[in-house]
Amino acid sequence: MKRPNDVILRTVTKVAAVIILTFSIHLFISGHHFPGGGFIGGLTFTAAITLLFLVYGIDTIRKNVSADFKAVAAIGVLISALTGVGGMMAGKPFLYQSSGSVNLPFLGDTILATAVLFDVGVALAVIGTALTIITSIGDDR
Amino acid sequence: MMNNLIIGPIIIPVIIGLVLVVFKNNLGLHRYLSLFATVLIGLLAVLLLKQISTGGIQVLYLGGWEAPFGITLAADTFAVLLVLTTAIVTFCCLWYAFSSIGAEREQHYFYPLCLFLIAGVNGSFLTGDIFNLFVCFEVMLVASYVLISLGGTRMQLIESIKYVLINMISSFLFLVAVAYLYAITGTLNLAHLSIRVAQSGQDGLLTVVSLLFLIVFSLKAALFLFYWLPGSYSAPPTAIAAIFAALLTKVGVYAMVRLFSLVFYHDPGTTHLFIGALAAASMVLGALGAVAYDDIKKIITYNVVISIGFVLAGFASFSLVGIRGMVYYLLHDMIVKALLFLSAGTVIHLTGTAKIRKVSGLIRLHPQLGWMFFIAALSVSGIPPLSGFIGKVFVTAGVFHSAYYWLGGIGLFTSLMVLYSVMKIFMNVFWGHTNLTAETEKGTTQGLLPPIVALTALTIALGLGAEGIHSFVDLAVDGLLNPNLYIDAVLAQNVK
Repeated sequence: MKRPNDVILRTVTKVAAVIILTFSIHLFISGHHFPGGGFIGGLTFTAAITLLFLVYGIDTIRKNVSADFKAVAAIGVLISALTGVGGMMAGKPFLYQSSGSVNLPFLGDTILATAVLFDVGVALAVIGTALTIITSIGDDR
Repeated sequence: MMNNLIIGPIIIPVIIGLVLVVFKNNLGLHRYLSLFATVLIGLLAVLLLKQISTGGIQVLYLGGWEAPFGITLAADTFAVLLVLTTAIVTFCCLWYAFSSIGAEREQHYFYPLCLFLIAGVNGSFLTGDIFNLFVCFEVMLVASYVLISLGGTRMQLIESIKYVLINMISSFLFLVAVAYLYAITGTLNLAHLSIRVAQSGQDGLLTVVSLLFLIVFSLKAALFLFYWLPGSYSAPPTAIAAIFAALLTKVGVYAMVRLFSLVFYHDPGTTHLFIGALAAASMVLGALGAVAYDDIKKIITYNVVISIGFVLAGFASFSLVGIRGMVYYLLHDMIVKALLFLSAGTVIHLTGTAKIRKVSGLIRLHPQLGWMFFIAALSVSGIPPLSGFIGKVFVTAGVFHSAYYWLGGIGLFTSLMVLYSVMKIFMNVFWGHTNLTAETEKGTTQGLLPPIVALTALTIALGLGAEGIHSFVDLAVDGLLNPNLYIDAVLAQNVK
């Protein structure tokens, strides 16, 4: 069978994947005050990986990213759940979140919130789940 | 009282289940950590019971967002008693699964799924927010969808399609009903709902919405709308079927009891009478099914339907005695249904058939199993001194006290049918000429008996020692009959 000529797709993907991944991180961070957050950031991240799957094939990508996506999802939910427990350790209600401003080198006065950790968990859960679905549909021969 | 312990029964199975997903190849870890989780939940429940009996209903505002704005968890005696029984029953069913479920299913996340199911069940018991109740139902249902189809045998796939569809429809109706209720009252917190509905006097519109909830929970609890249940509960392997029979329908019953004792209790002439009529219908139809079939699985699944009818007959009476009986009977039924499913499942495992005419004289080969099945059969039908008796007495007294004589009569008559149906299994399978030998059996009882022994001991203990949990049952009944106790615990003074 003749392989389709996809040189344009391959070339664009090399640039686009980087842009999408960067944008997903931007969405993730801006989610604290503006539209965005772990869920959308995670989905955008998954979109980039899916694009790579489509263009280069699942097997090629899996050689470089060997993580078990089910475990990624589980670790994500685990992180979220444990941030809730963290509030309990401080004598506050479950899921209690706190924030404070810290003077960091280079970044200056920065507000750090425990809600970000919760969101990291959400992002990992979304990435893990979405990629599990895509690989289990795509892998089936 | 603010109390972080309440989140324990929900978050412990979630965390341990997730850890097990990460370490998915270590099956020894899966077995012992999942047992450990149920033990931990049981201990927490005992601790909570102690705290409630001294300090009143315990409440947790998640993330510090106070009621009615955030999600509230409220642990009253009724909910915590159910959490405790859930932990005990799950412990026994998981223990039974060790030597019956098979490595294939274990590798495909059987134990984590059970733990997620328990998280959903406990969440439904402990939540004080009706939308959160919906979410916890979904957590439980999604886990049960996977569990019912886990293994992918032909029978399981056929039944799981029915099971998923019927639950999708009822979840959809649940969401619609919640939306109606929110549109009318403007709140989702159960305690706040109770106040708002009381203020408006529960007019016709609210009663209609309450009946929509009744339909939803009837589908989940298999009250009258049970036609999906006999098929779905006989498809999965014994350990899973036992967990389903013992827990899932009870969550529907709990939700119904909570809603119609805390929120929609102003028009019992309509709503509670309707529950009573549905209870009578499911007792009669369930009894017909249990008597008609000669398939062990069918007989015991129809027995689930009868007991749901009986529990809700006690609730429909809405009297002190009737509700006390309901609480006793509910706790008894969770334990004894697990016992019945596990012992009947063991019979099928040994003989390779569920047809009672094909087997006889099993008691010569397995006397312990036979006598424990006999005790389970007596307990299911409410023979003293076993645990079913006390609940049956109180429910019947309560129903007669509220002048629902027809309901009480049906309850007593179907009890006889229950006795007949389970004795039919016992006499056909265990009595008579032994037609099997130790060599022609399809399986062994190795490792299967200890959990059955534990549950049998429990049903005897609960029957003889009913006095021991009397104070807790009375606290639970008190909470169900006095919505103000719940409201005062959840809401601050200025909201009311």
